[in-house]
Amino acid sequence: MAENDILLDVKNLKMHFPFGGGFLGGKKGYIYAVDGVDFQLKKGETLGLVGESGCGKSTTARAVAQLHRPTSGEVLLNGKDLTQLKDKDLIAARKGMQMVFQDPYASLNPRMTSGDIIAEPMRIYNTHGILHMSKHEMDERVEQLMERVGLSRFFRNRFPHEFSGGQRQRIGIARALALRPELILCDEAVSALDVSIQAQILNLFKDLQEEFGLTYLFIAHDLAVIEYISTRVAVMYLGIIAELSGSTDLYKKPMHPYTQALLSAAPIPDPQVEKTRKRIILTGDVPSPDKARTGCYFYDRCWKRMDKCCQRKPKLVEVESGHQVACFLYHDQGI
Amino acid sequence: MEMTEAPILQVKDLRTYFNTDEGVVKAVDGVSFELRKGETLGIVGESGSGKSVTNLSVINMIPSPPGRIVGGEIFYHGKDLLKMPTSEIRQIRGNKISMIFQDPMTSLNPFLRISTQMIETIVLHQGLDKKAAKEKAIEMLKLAGIPSPEKRIDQYPHQFSGGMRQRVMIAMGLSCNPEILIADEPTSALDVTIQAQILDIMKDLTNRLGTAVILITHSLGVVAGTCDTICVMYAGRFVERGPTDLIFESPMHPYTQGLIKSVPRLDRKDCGRLSSIRGQPPNVIDLPDCCPFYPRCDKAMDICKRKYPAWKTFDNGRTVGCWLYSEER
Repeated sequence: MAENDILLDVKNLKMHFPFGGGFLGGKKGYIYAVDGVDFQLKKGETLGLVGESGCGKSTTARAVAQLHRPTSGEVLLNGKDLTQLKDKDLIAARKGMQMVFQDPYASLNPRMTSGDIIAEPMRIYNTHGILHMSKHEMDERVEQLMERVGLSRFFRNRFPHEFSGGQRQRIGIARALALRPELILCDEAVSALDVSIQAQILNLFKDLQEEFGLTYLFIAHDLAVIEYISTRVAVMYLGIIAELSGSTDLYKKPMHPYTQALLSAAPIPDPQVEKTRKRIILTGDVPSPDKARTGCYFYDRCWKRMDKCCQRKPKLVEVESGHQVACFLYHDQGI
Repeated sequence: MEMTEAPILQVKDLRTYFNTDEGVVKAVDGVSFELRKGETLGIVGESGSGKSVTNLSVINMIPSPPGRIVGGEIFYHGKDLLKMPTSEIRQIRGNKISMIFQDPMTSLNPFLRISTQMIETIVLHQGLDKKAAKEKAIEMLKLAGIPSPEKRIDQYPHQFSGGMRQRVMIAMGLSCNPEILIADEPTSALDVTIQAQILDIMKDLTNRLGTAVILITHSLGVVAGTCDTICVMYAGRFVERGPTDLIFESPMHPYTQGLIKSVPRLDRKDCGRLSSIRGQPPNVIDLPDCCPFYPRCDKAMDICKRKYPAWKTFDNGRTVGCWLYSEER
């Protein structure tokens, strides 16, 4: 992998949120939302981030975008470490990175028209003096973007409540494209949509990627969606990456016990398959990430656990070409 | 499943409308189905298609105004639920027909202990005294897979996780040995591994108790694994009804076909483009008297814009509402 191919390089990213103490007192502690995550994104690829609720997928994306300032670790975008930048430099550096959010209702300002929403990023960069676009240029760009994502330009004076969920998500996508970014972070961007609309939006994401050479960090909890859109997939559990590999490889040959359970639990829309397949049903719930762990994060629910699993944390190690896994069943490197 | 047995629930041409400022919303517009003992019936459809309203109508829980059931009959053991006085319905609701809702946090009272909430139903419907009712509640919680139920029954809903709360709901729903359990998106708020647990428990318990289930969901994967029969709903109407295997094997209605094709599948390795249904789901306010799917349909014909398609029933137990299969055009 050539060094200049790498668009985003995340090194040992940690995001801990403090709770308790302060004015109201109470027990002090930390939520270890993201607890040491490493991954790289090559130009033009899609990395899927999958896991159950509370595993730190969204926090990872937000820490990458510096919406949360990470507790520690590095986030290198085109070789520049975003965590070290001051606010002013950060704005300039962040131009190449945009986000699409889950809830198409909450992520659009109800008092702004769709045209204003899409123009907002350009307006902000204009006031910071990074972009120099005239009003006319901005209008043109907005119309061009609306047509590209499948909205009529005549809708530009309408308010978000006049659109359906799928159309709102298209507005969100147009807004993300406004600054011609290289990287788009999609945080559950299709999870709130109905299946027929979800397919439309997924196809739109694929088309845009081809047309503009975009790179995606795509977060979803639906494994089938992730498989469809991603070139590589990272499975997260309790703030760490349990397994990372090429998309087809992961689904054909899951290594980590958690990935195996996750894949077997996902329902498949085919009664014939459903009748014959064997399910691994995990016991218990995802534990709360509010304590520091010494052993494997999956230890409590794992059906293949060994004694050493509770003594050391398994490292994420490449055991086959392009297939990394954090489990002592496949290697012996721990922390 | 014996088809000769008389159905325990029979819904005929149910219509539920809501009056709004913009016009009349025909949330359910002529829905018919039957449910037999021990059967699991799945109702699939996208949001706003009227799945939940159908089932709220069955147990007469439509908020009125603005909603009203304007037509149809719902026979439960031969008696029309819509003509029954409220006092009689209350004997059935929660007792013989019970319900599980999507969000277990909002459907449990946060101020009351689990024990209080469970005992209330059991005492009311089964005539047990409080002590016996508590024992029964503990037994149900144990069946639903809650560890140390003796201790947990005295806790409050917030002390349970999402999956555990849904187990409590299942235990509560089944505590009066209902004949029919209506589960409205019981696993949609849960993670996949927890969803698998909950579906497993639901299947196991209803099999053991011989309960018939109406499962409402938007997930085709969930119905494929759990239901005997499927009804596909679109804009307040059923478009197709039939045995699960047949519907997935050879969907007949263009909407069902589109729906099945637009779900990405884990077990297929054809990395081609996902096919999608064009357009948006219809606005259900003041729908015209024609097939609601025709603006999005690839096979739309002239007649689709003028008239509702007639129901066509086939020998193998399938019913389709589409002009493609109807002779009388």
